[in-house]
Amino acid sequence: MNPAGWAVMIVSVSSVLALVTYCVVKVLSLPPVEMEDLHGPLDIDTRDTKDAD
Amino acid sequence: MPEGRSTERWGSRIGVILAVAGSAVGLGNFLRFPGQAAQNGGGAFMLPYFISLLVLGIPLCWAEWTMGRYGGLRGFNSAPGIYATIWRNPISKYFGSIALLLPLVIYMYYVLIEAWCLGYAVNYLTGDLMIGSGGTVDTLIETAHAEAAKTGTSLTDAEAASAGFGQFFGNFVGANQDGFALGGKNAPWLLVLAATFVFNFILIYRGVNKGIEMFCRFAMPAMAVLAIIVLIRVLTLGTPDPARPELSVVNGLGYMWNPDAKALWNPQTWLAASGQIFFSLSVGFGIIINYASYLREKDDVVLSGLTSSSMNEFFEVCLGGLITLPAAFIFVLGTLSPEAREGIVQSGFSLGFKALPHVFANMWGGQLFGFLWFFMLFIAAITSSVSMLQPVIAFFEEGFGLKRHSAAALLGLISALGTGFVLYFSKDLIALDTFDFWVGTFLIFVLAMFQALLYGWALGIKRGEEAAHQGAHIRIPRFVQYMLKYVVPVYLIAIFVAFCWQNLPDRMEQIANDSVAVASMLFILTVLAFLLLLIHIAGRRWKAEGRLDEGGPRP
Repeated sequence: MNPAGWAVMIVSVSSVLALVTYCVVKVLSLPPVEMEDLHGPLDIDTRDTKDAD
Repeated sequence: MPEGRSTERWGSRIGVILAVAGSAVGLGNFLRFPGQAAQNGGGAFMLPYFISLLVLGIPLCWAEWTMGRYGGLRGFNSAPGIYATIWRNPISKYFGSIALLLPLVIYMYYVLIEAWCLGYAVNYLTGDLMIGSGGTVDTLIETAHAEAAKTGTSLTDAEAASAGFGQFFGNFVGANQDGFALGGKNAPWLLVLAATFVFNFILIYRGVNKGIEMFCRFAMPAMAVLAIIVLIRVLTLGTPDPARPELSVVNGLGYMWNPDAKALWNPQTWLAASGQIFFSLSVGFGIIINYASYLREKDDVVLSGLTSSSMNEFFEVCLGGLITLPAAFIFVLGTLSPEAREGIVQSGFSLGFKALPHVFANMWGGQLFGFLWFFMLFIAAITSSVSMLQPVIAFFEEGFGLKRHSAAALLGLISALGTGFVLYFSKDLIALDTFDFWVGTFLIFVLAMFQALLYGWALGIKRGEEAAHQGAHIRIPRFVQYMLKYVVPVYLIAIFVAFCWQNLPDRMEQIANDSVAVASMLFILTVLAFLLLLIHIAGRRWKAEGRLDEGGPRP
């Protein structure tokens, strides 16, 4: 392998590694989606309130 | 909630990213990419490759993610419905037939290739693919020597081994005669195929969250671990034969990465690089648009799209680019003439199922590493194939109000017919090749061009930018929107014209001369007509329910 080959390989592999690391770290450091969707007691349909009155 | 309206949602942010990345990562990352690079300038190929990724691949991914979520929020998960919400024209939904045909027909033959990978992995466990184990390959190598002796010639051990592994593959897939699978002695292979087929349907039956997402959360890390184990083994091969110092892992890396700057002036290099990016990221398959439709209003599509694309690149450049050709060079390619080498490299099947088994047979610990490699390919294939079923299931559910078990049963019947067709017409793999060219290549270009125009001109870049940035954690630079409207369609059309110019004359000649190719085309057209009819019926149903009205119902 010649020096140009080493250079292309190292630049290509490290660029992709940098991009995937940035993306994965960013995604994993966000608050989980589930936290945004927790329902309070009033949101929960217990299916027994239709004829409550 | 109206009948047919899906309540399915992804369970987590990383789950959908892994599912989309799993859909994109397949055999092409490990077998097609290294071959394309080596044939088109080696390291020089990477310049057009990365330019295509930035100009074509990632923008198109973002467009598909955005349109999918846009349609999903308006109550549609299948391409016909999503297209109809974006382009309010009665004909728009019929373009969705291509987005259903593509994954359905690709699944029909892809599940076979997937089963080959599992079958090869099993053959490593039994030792049948190892030289000196007294298994099938040994018998085939002896036969090759004997055949050569009959004609008064002799083969070197390497030549006989190549012939033996080639014959093993031919026998395994039935490339020597049509209908080989119906023979009684192929029962174990049919069992492997049936198990693969059923496993896909078990995953799809369990749904987006409990089936696809659950499997990809386990399979993607497992695939990375297996590939890294094989990578470490390949990079520590050194110079296995001290008498042949040129056959070393460093020279193998050089075969893949040494740049030939002259290749940059060859349009073929740019065409190959664009094509590789395009197929690798699974844009224009009708899958991303379906997966993204299960996202919620607050979910991010920009960072998710970029992350899944970058994961695909990791498997392709960092693993596929460092494993396949260096290993093949040391034991097989390095011993061949440049012409013979090119013949193997340009075919993913030859490289993957003939050359690499030869490599593992010569490598210390080859039985274990051969098993790990083919099992890894099997996982890569299954995360892709399962994604091909979901778009059609979604259409059956929302188009006809079918429950999931009915939709899965109907899809299972249709896809089994197609897989049976490809399995029966196995001679020279003509049926598989015809399906792959006309659907798995030609129609992908057509659908990607349609979707690029749909985003840039029907949805419009202003609405598209707003839709993309709902819930987004990073921003798409403004110029990308203009690229999507003006540059990407022109770029795609240019690639498509060059592709047709290169390939269509030979393909038309094949159809004129080969009855299996004609039958395959008729099969594809029949499925297309069936899907068009179903879309017509579903469209009338949606219209009657008011789901296609301007500003139609939201979930």
